[in-house]
Amino acid sequence: MIAARHVGVSFGSRQVLADVSFDVPSGQFLCIIGPSGCGKTTLLRVLAGLIAPTSGEVTADGKAVRGPARSRAIVFQDYTKALLPWRTVAGNVALGLEACRVAEPQKSRRIEELLSKMGLGHCAGQYPAQLSGGMQQRVQIARALGQDPQLLLMDEPFGALDAITRQGLQDEVARIAAEQKTTVVFITHDLEEAIYLGDQVIVLAAAPGTGAGRIAERITVEIPRPRSQLETREDPRFLAYRHRLFGLLKH
Amino acid sequence: MRGAVIPSVLLILWEAGSRAGVLPPDSTSRPSDIVRAFAQALADGSLVRDTWLTFEAALFGFAIAALLGILLGAILGLSPRTERAVGPSVEALRPIPAVALIPLALLVFGFGVRMEAAVVAFAALWPVLLMTLSAVRGVEPRLLELSRSLELPFWQQLVKIVLPAAFGRIAVGLRLAVAISLVVAVTVEIVLNPRGLGHSMIAAQQALRSDLMYAQLLWLGFVGWALNKVTQR
Repeated sequence: MIAARHVGVSFGSRQVLADVSFDVPSGQFLCIIGPSGCGKTTLLRVLAGLIAPTSGEVTADGKAVRGPARSRAIVFQDYTKALLPWRTVAGNVALGLEACRVAEPQKSRRIEELLSKMGLGHCAGQYPAQLSGGMQQRVQIARALGQDPQLLLMDEPFGALDAITRQGLQDEVARIAAEQKTTVVFITHDLEEAIYLGDQVIVLAAAPGTGAGRIAERITVEIPRPRSQLETREDPRFLAYRHRLFGLLKH
Repeated sequence: MRGAVIPSVLLILWEAGSRAGVLPPDSTSRPSDIVRAFAQALADGSLVRDTWLTFEAALFGFAIAALLGILLGAILGLSPRTERAVGPSVEALRPIPAVALIPLALLVFGFGVRMEAAVVAFAALWPVLLMTLSAVRGVEPRLLELSRSLELPFWQQLVKIVLPAAFGRIAVGLRLAVAISLVVAVTVEIVLNPRGLGHSMIAAQQALRSDLMYAQLLWLGFVGWALNKVTQR
């Protein structure tokens, strides 16, 4: 379980986040949504331990987060910058395993497993630049899973992908998170994506005046899993959630 | 082909002027004598031996500079705090002309390859260090965050992420350092170290063997050119 307690972040005199608190129970899928510039990515970085909050704290399983850890894997939005261009697909996936000091022959087996899980089996020997955006993002997810994380932090992972690719990857991430009982914190600016994926959706919005991001609304999505791109999106409950949150995201 | 016209004409004028007694014989020997001296130096092995001695010192010094420069540059580039502490010392040492350290190097190491390599290393260190520093600073921040979140030990961060990501620009620094290494090695030999091509040149000059001196000069030019070609691959 990961928890944020009154987290505030300031860069110099500019306050970016104010008094953000939430709990994500183990195995839950939390989506954080908000307009750009409301501190979503900053919040993800705080959860990862990459930056320390100015006030408040983040705890993972009751222990305060003081820095980055392998148990909290990050999937970055800009996959072109987050993969090692000089390593093949298999080599990039291997990085997570190397960090965990997985030795041969388990290492090769795990790489193969992760590649086939993400549908990358046929391009193990290719370099990231030879792949489409969707495939590169799969490589990043496979690498993150290789760390065997308790928490998967995803920063607008599908923001740069086309709609069809995005929907395919949404279903895969949902499936994998359910299979491995991984806790996921997923940042997005796409409202329907947030409702479709999340067990819980938190809306961040800039406070009037200071401009600091704060929690404007939170909902629990009570639509059973597995969800389907077609039926779930037509479910009256889905539309009701969408209706309720839509107004908060307008500027 | 057209580029060969001027050198050819100059060579012919030089040879003719020399034979006619127009040019001073002490400082300008004839091209035909230079060719003869070159063939002789090549045949008796002295040219190859001298070249090897110069290369030995230049490469030794270059290797030290490359190792130290990459390591220090990476550390300073990754840690702004260390850079603030060490940066001013670097800036104070860097303007010292490397050849001004020849007397000190002689005092510490005596004549020989080590003192020459030490001066070369000092001269070649800076381009490697500064290029590595700026290259490491320019490494994609995502990759640094990635290596932190993977909790890679410092050494692995360096070898697996930072240096490969910065390699293109580090290579530019290394290429500069190779060229500097040769220049400084020859300089140290000309000034006082009794070994290598530089020393043979000054010896030829003092023995009034300007033909041999020219032959060595041309050879050195060729070696420098070839080195440059090799490192640009």
